[in-house]
Amino acid sequence: MGRITFIEHSGTAHVVEIEAGQSLMQVAVDNGIPGIDADCGGACACGTCHVIVDEQWIDATGGINADEQGMLGLTPEITGTSRLSCQVTLSDALDGLIVRLPEFQM
Amino acid sequence: MRILNPLLEPVIQPALNKATSIIPIHWQIKGAHAFQNVKHRIGKDRPVPVFKETPLPDVSTLAIEDIDLSNPFLYRQGLWRSYFKRVRDERPVHFQKASPFGPFWSVTRYEDIMFVDTRHDLFSAEPIISIGPQPEGLEIETFIAMDPPKHDVQRQAVQGVVAPKNLAQMEALIRSRTADVLDQLPVDEPFDWVQKVSIELTSRMLATLFDFPFDQRHKLAYWSDVAAGAPESTGGNANTDEFFHAAADMAKQMSLLWREKEARKAAGEEPGFDLISLLLANDDTRDMINRPMEFMGNMVLLIIGGNDTTRNSMTGGVLALNQFPDEFAKLRKNPALIPNMVSEIIRWQTPLAYMRRVAKQDVTLNGQTIKQGDKVVMWYASGNRDERAFEQDPDQFIIDRKNVRKHLSFGFGVHRCMGNRLAEMQLRILWEEIMKRFEHIEVLDEPEYVQSNFVRGYTRMMVKLTAHT
Repeated sequence: MGRITFIEHSGTAHVVEIEAGQSLMQVAVDNGIPGIDADCGGACACGTCHVIVDEQWIDATGGINADEQGMLGLTPEITGTSRLSCQVTLSDALDGLIVRLPEFQM
Repeated sequence: MRILNPLLEPVIQPALNKATSIIPIHWQIKGAHAFQNVKHRIGKDRPVPVFKETPLPDVSTLAIEDIDLSNPFLYRQGLWRSYFKRVRDERPVHFQKASPFGPFWSVTRYEDIMFVDTRHDLFSAEPIISIGPQPEGLEIETFIAMDPPKHDVQRQAVQGVVAPKNLAQMEALIRSRTADVLDQLPVDEPFDWVQKVSIELTSRMLATLFDFPFDQRHKLAYWSDVAAGAPESTGGNANTDEFFHAAADMAKQMSLLWREKEARKAAGEEPGFDLISLLLANDDTRDMINRPMEFMGNMVLLIIGGNDTTRNSMTGGVLALNQFPDEFAKLRKNPALIPNMVSEIIRWQTPLAYMRRVAKQDVTLNGQTIKQGDKVVMWYASGNRDERAFEQDPDQFIIDRKNVRKHLSFGFGVHRCMGNRLAEMQLRILWEEIMKRFEHIEVLDEPEYVQSNFVRGYTRMMVKLTAHT
């Protein structure tokens, strides 16, 4: 359906194919993107799939609910465009999305 | 002595709490202790349960509703696996109506534990996370037992100290301290791994995190043991006097440390990366010392959090590799498995058996109706052995287990262990340094276990080291 780009903290970029309906975390794990732990398997319960969304894409990723906000609040590396990738559902509108990985996962 | 009229108690207790900025905390604790002693003499205190060890029955001889998972000897007697397996299979959400800690629900399957842990809207962590209450007269306030939003504010103030960025800077220091401890160990002769390695290393780490006087570091481990060992809270064997004395001693030393750092900060000194300096640097917590139960709560939480857990995983890893010698061979062949093995050790050991919640409303879970106000115990130790959640036999210790990071030992949701990355790093470094030096660690006898329904730990484990040839 489209492509998105993960950029590691070191600067290495990974371009991967996506399908609508998948979570951003699942795509990262399926493609072996380093730096996504996803310990809880996508339950919004561990904060280890933190990504920093490119500013021009942040609105397209949708709203953040209180649970996600709560978990992100535990991450010292939180930024203005931080998301938990397990809470971002991919769609056609996200074709071209760029996200960066933090230096560490909590 | 009419001042002990129970009617006056609600007046005295808040007054004690409010006297805080004037009276040193350790005096207040001594006062509370004296007050408890008088209450005890006149029979006005809450009775403290007494636990005497007797051999526990085989679980197959018990009616399901009579199974009491809060028994503090279940782990020590090696029966916990069969007890939990039966409950997991037959009544995964289980009610025990008459334990020494009162009635409570047990949640024993992985998925159900995940549900309770992540639904802080339905289940409160207040007032405390042990099955039983805190010792009367010394009810501390700690963010592990607070709900959002207060929890979030307090946790955010301290979590920086164990943030990965901070840890990366500490890695070299931790490695040199670990190497130093290992280099002093006797080779080819029996010694107690718990004392010489596990306690020594965790005490050093805690002293570093608190910038606590290094020569007094063993006090930290002692305070932690006493604080986690109250019979009415966890079925432990600390007595009330010991508890109050330890609390007073800790309050005195930690207050001194706080005041010293406060003075240095006021004098314009650059703050350190230790916990107290971080609390002093944060607007929400800089005057925490004026709220003694909150101050004590945070100190106790961070000391216990950094102590029992890592210490018992350090011992548990050695025991597991002895019970599963093929895995030891696998590790020797491929030390690159250490990071995955660390998670497997933490899963296999599950150093804290559970966290407790209280239902905020009626909740139906796996066919049972938990009523508002009921205590709910999430048994991580059981969920980590749930065959439904782990593809490879969860009772086996498998150092290259797939998806091992899903284990429950750190909890999930807003209360997820703050020190998880520190714990993993300490264990990883320990095993990297062990494998550089030693060919084998042989466990010589059955270890001795802690009396508790909460801490799954060891008091003694004799081992013998073999160096590389």
